[in-house]
Amino acid sequence: MSARESRRPAGTVDVVVVGAGHSGLAMSFELARRGIGHVVLERGEVANSWRSERWDSLCLLTPNWMSRLPGFCYAGDDPDGYMTVKDVVAFVSTYARRTAAPVLCGYTVRRVEACGDGYRVVTDRGDWHCRALVAATGACNQALLPAAADGVPSQVRQLTAREYRNPEQLDAGGVLVVGASATGLQLAEEIYASGRPVTLAVGEHVRMPRTYRGRDIQWWMLAAGLLDQRIEEVDDPARARGVPSPQLIGTRERRTLDLNALMKQGVEVVGRLAGVRDGKAQFSGSLANACALADLKMKRLLAAIDRWADAKGIVAGPAEGFAPTVIGKPRLGLTLSSGEVRTILWATGFRPDFSWLALPVFDRKGRLRHSAGVVDAPGLYVLGLPFLRRRKSSFIHGAGDDVRELGAHLAAWLHRTTPARVSGIAV
Amino acid sequence: MDTQVTAADNGVNVAALLGAREALGEAPEAARFKWRATSEWQNGTHSVSTVDGFFGLGEEQKHRTTFRYDSDHPEVFASEDKGATPVEFVLVGLAGCLTAGVAAVAQNRNIQLHSVRATLEAGMDLQGILGIDSNVRNGFDGVTVHFEIDADASKDDIAALVAQSQKRSAVFDIMTNPTDVTVTVDKR
Repeated sequence: MSARESRRPAGTVDVVVVGAGHSGLAMSFELARRGIGHVVLERGEVANSWRSERWDSLCLLTPNWMSRLPGFCYAGDDPDGYMTVKDVVAFVSTYARRTAAPVLCGYTVRRVEACGDGYRVVTDRGDWHCRALVAATGACNQALLPAAADGVPSQVRQLTAREYRNPEQLDAGGVLVVGASATGLQLAEEIYASGRPVTLAVGEHVRMPRTYRGRDIQWWMLAAGLLDQRIEEVDDPARARGVPSPQLIGTRERRTLDLNALMKQGVEVVGRLAGVRDGKAQFSGSLANACALADLKMKRLLAAIDRWADAKGIVAGPAEGFAPTVIGKPRLGLTLSSGEVRTILWATGFRPDFSWLALPVFDRKGRLRHSAGVVDAPGLYVLGLPFLRRRKSSFIHGAGDDVRELGAHLAAWLHRTTPARVSGIAV
Repeated sequence: MDTQVTAADNGVNVAALLGAREALGEAPEAARFKWRATSEWQNGTHSVSTVDGFFGLGEEQKHRTTFRYDSDHPEVFASEDKGATPVEFVLVGLAGCLTAGVAAVAQNRNIQLHSVRATLEAGMDLQGILGIDSNVRNGFDGVTVHFEIDADASKDDIAALVAQSQKRSAVFDIMTNPTDVTVTVDKR
């Protein structure tokens, strides 16, 4: 791309939304409702990362009835089911069409820089000028790898959960899956079922049953107000935002996937990957406590649900208990060069990529500085990050409240900064 | 949940700890500490270690007094047993760390402690250090810690104290995860 090409003006608009996933489209709906001119720039197609950055068998962790966006909801005949990736692509694409969102596909935003009292959005197909900008590029742009990845011997193939599609991609032989969120557990199970021995390295994790007292756990969490909890209400916002996704899987039979289930199937569970030294993976001896913490936390969640159900007189099945996680004496090391492990699959989390924001909006650790989505630069907003404003912020159904509130903030900012003569004419 | 009428007092200044957490979060350099010990060989397997100063909050710090520790091996090792065995000091460190953590977490959660007793045991196969079997490691083959805690809280809340204490314990981390150890020597 030549400098001249990148400076080609493409247009001027009040607001540029970057990313046509569910968050960006929900914001587009909100801006349209307020009569605010905007475009949605999308590097690929609508719901692009769902089309190109997810593994084949992935299903949403929330039931279909929870899939709703401003002015739109699931209308199929399986409200208690869980959308496949294809279903999500169809759902978000239908939303884009129904809302007639002004999406410009195939525009990759290279850089956003300050320009006058607004921003210049440099794309591979010309520059946009705007007064406000909404980053809706998602939370999972890059796989997070632990430092231990550097020490892995070259004969072991490394793959991230973002690159993984299905077991057929993997060589025959053992697989070390690192990470025990929903991703790590689902992939460990699927790969083990393909006939490959699987070792799962488990650090801190969140255990949850799929259903409780006859209802989906997500129903309880939503109904009891847990998903609506605001970031201002939690003791430690940074920690709340970093909590791994709960060990859930969306299946037809609504079964629970936890470490006990995986071990029963034959997956070997070991402690957190502490390091790789001289070709040997070293696992932490803290697995028993990681499991104890998760078991206790799950019990507290279910007890809180019981208290809420009692207080509200909710009709549901009897209270249920779940077996504690029983680990034996997990091994503390694994020689990676022995051929026992052919592949390491990193399911160690994701991070967003805001490297295209050429603005002083990052803290010393390179994280975007924002207050519940209001970025530390005038007229700049971010959407769709875990616990951005509420526990549900990164869920599809969480976008609605966030875009309504951030949309109001954005509208007020545009109004305040509108030159007097223009507002005079507008009135 | 029980209604707590009075505030718990376990003698831990949680406000200071929380203040430190906030202050050090913004001043990462001040959070870098160096812990130190020195040791002099006496005779046989007996040595005396002293703990005196450390570095933290950007400057040298002093304990209120110099602490001295005799370490030796027991008589069954044909030693004179003038102090605890070094491996027992490891257990002492773990017990002290986890128990301090229990007290601090309890204070933070407004749980009154009445007694906290920890019993620790570590297994070790001497065939390792004696070089009899190269497949046996020198160190512990496992450590068990058992707490007996009397506190104004439910069984699960007490279990959560102990779990959280492990999660935040330095010695627990040191023992459960590998640590680089560099040993150098000078002729004097």
